[in-house]
Amino acid sequence: MPELLQFIFSGLTVGAVYALVALGFTLIYNACDVINFAQGEFVMLGGMTTVFLAAAGVPLPLAAVLAIIVTVAIALALYRFAIAPARGANAVALIIITIGASIFLRGAAQVVFDKRFHSLPAWFGNDPIRVGGAAILPQSLVVLAGAVVIVVLLWAFIERTLFGKAIVATAANHLAASLVGINTGAVVAFSFAISAAIGALAGILVTPITLTSYDVGTLLALKGFAAAMLGGIGSALGAVVGGLVLGLLEAFAAGYVSSQYKDAVAFLVILAVLFALPRGLFGKASVERV
Amino acid sequence: MNVRAVFEHRLASVVAMAVVAGALPLFFPSAYYYRVAALVFVFALAALGLNLLMGFAGQVSLGHAGFMGIGAYAVAIGPTHLGLPSWLPLVAGAALAALVAYLVGRPILRLKGHYLAVATLGFGLLLAIVFGNEARFTGGPDGMAVPRLVLFGWSARGAQAWYWIAAAGFLIGAALAYNLIDSPTGRALRAIHDSEVAARVLGVDVAKKKLAVFVVSAVYASVAGSCLALLNGHITPDVSGFLRSIELVAMVVLGGLGSVAGTLVGAALLVVLPQTLTVLHEYEHMALGLVVMAVMIFLRAGIVPSLAHALGSTRA
Repeated sequence: MPELLQFIFSGLTVGAVYALVALGFTLIYNACDVINFAQGEFVMLGGMTTVFLAAAGVPLPLAAVLAIIVTVAIALALYRFAIAPARGANAVALIIITIGASIFLRGAAQVVFDKRFHSLPAWFGNDPIRVGGAAILPQSLVVLAGAVVIVVLLWAFIERTLFGKAIVATAANHLAASLVGINTGAVVAFSFAISAAIGALAGILVTPITLTSYDVGTLLALKGFAAAMLGGIGSALGAVVGGLVLGLLEAFAAGYVSSQYKDAVAFLVILAVLFALPRGLFGKASVERV
Repeated sequence: MNVRAVFEHRLASVVAMAVVAGALPLFFPSAYYYRVAALVFVFALAALGLNLLMGFAGQVSLGHAGFMGIGAYAVAIGPTHLGLPSWLPLVAGAALAALVAYLVGRPILRLKGHYLAVATLGFGLLLAIVFGNEARFTGGPDGMAVPRLVLFGWSARGAQAWYWIAAAGFLIGAALAYNLIDSPTGRALRAIHDSEVAARVLGVDVAKKKLAVFVVSAVYASVAGSCLALLNGHITPDVSGFLRSIELVAMVVLGGLGSVAGTLVGAALLVVLPQTLTVLHEYEHMALGLVVMAVMIFLRAGIVPSLAHALGSTRA
């Protein structure tokens, strides 16, 4: 029983990060139909920038805020100089652009930062809390709480503000939204900014546990993408559930099957789910018009 | 005949590529150039199969390096563990890749768009994980040595021999691809690309045709994987990794979806560029990322179709 509890804790911690990356994928996909494979690089930038600002003597909270601002600025530049000029290109071409961007950002991180692994101090120390025989790091609770706060704030923003409604309208129908006077360009730019902020924050929260380096983004993008698809692309709820499920699957597979085959088990389950539900857990049925 | 027509004419295109392949070594100062050029043709062959799937049938695969892995490990494991003559595993690997594609393709190809992308990604990842962990047969993450290819008593060694083998392999693949494109199956595939529903209404057996091109593309990738392993003399699970799959997709899209000659250009770009960019040292990856983005932004239909269109419209 303590074993099971332990796997659930570690699965949820990792899953929360996957969920935030998947949420970033979903926001940008809804705004402009782009699968942004540079999403993982936002997580890396958040963590790495905080580490290096802190090392330069900037107080940690300020460093974290600055790191988020830097990441958002980079995401806006990505939209302005790479995605916007390619408007109207086909979906695969846009994906290749974001992959190019992720190669570029990883290369830039090597030059600006370095190639070593870095950590940040945990917010509330490293003494594990004992719960029912299992040990949980205080930082895991910070990650989970952070994820909950982000999801609730995002939900409130989208449901309760006028600009949030504009985002929903743009996701539903780009042309119709611009016809009723919504500045869809601003909505898309804003989606990139929010995705980057969420990614950067996830990177800052999880770095004390998983460490960070210039190349952590690739794997996170892959897992976040898988989580978003498992949940059903375009569904925010699906992204969160997909991320948590993927994290739990990996933890259970590593614990009960073999740690070498944990990714294999996770992807086998994803394949099985997609065979049964070809649009993911929460995806809507679509009708193709001829 | 204007430039655009040349690119669209199949015989002219194959002959043009053959002339390039034949003349290129005149400019090679060292064996290193033969090696890089051989790699270009090997990757072009794998990307060509993927282009048939993506450019004509409109189906994405983010796991195609998995099939390269099957071909690569076949020529490594066959002679080493099973004592087979070195050419047989090349054929057996292709057959195995076809069988795997046939079995996996049926359920996977029912998925659409990004769901298909994630399913193929998962499939490729599964193969890479198996190659990396079954160390008894594959040598695990460190990989294993690949015995030399021996044909009729002649042993294929050295970059120069492999340049000619790879070039010939690609040209044969290109000729076969052109044949497929102009066959009834090719026309059915293009119909599926434009609209699956419309194709079905017109009586195209959509599932069967998609499966057929998936199997064909797997065979291309497997043969290319075998050639890569034999050329390098050593393989690691990276041959079937996620990044390799992405690289293949990038070659197809950069060169031009649906363009056979474009596949060669895309492969050349992504094989040669990292080699030349090493002069930039630490700025290498930034430059590579910038080039990939710039090509896609300014030549969004891919290099060859965009240039052919530009040249064609000025001359026409």
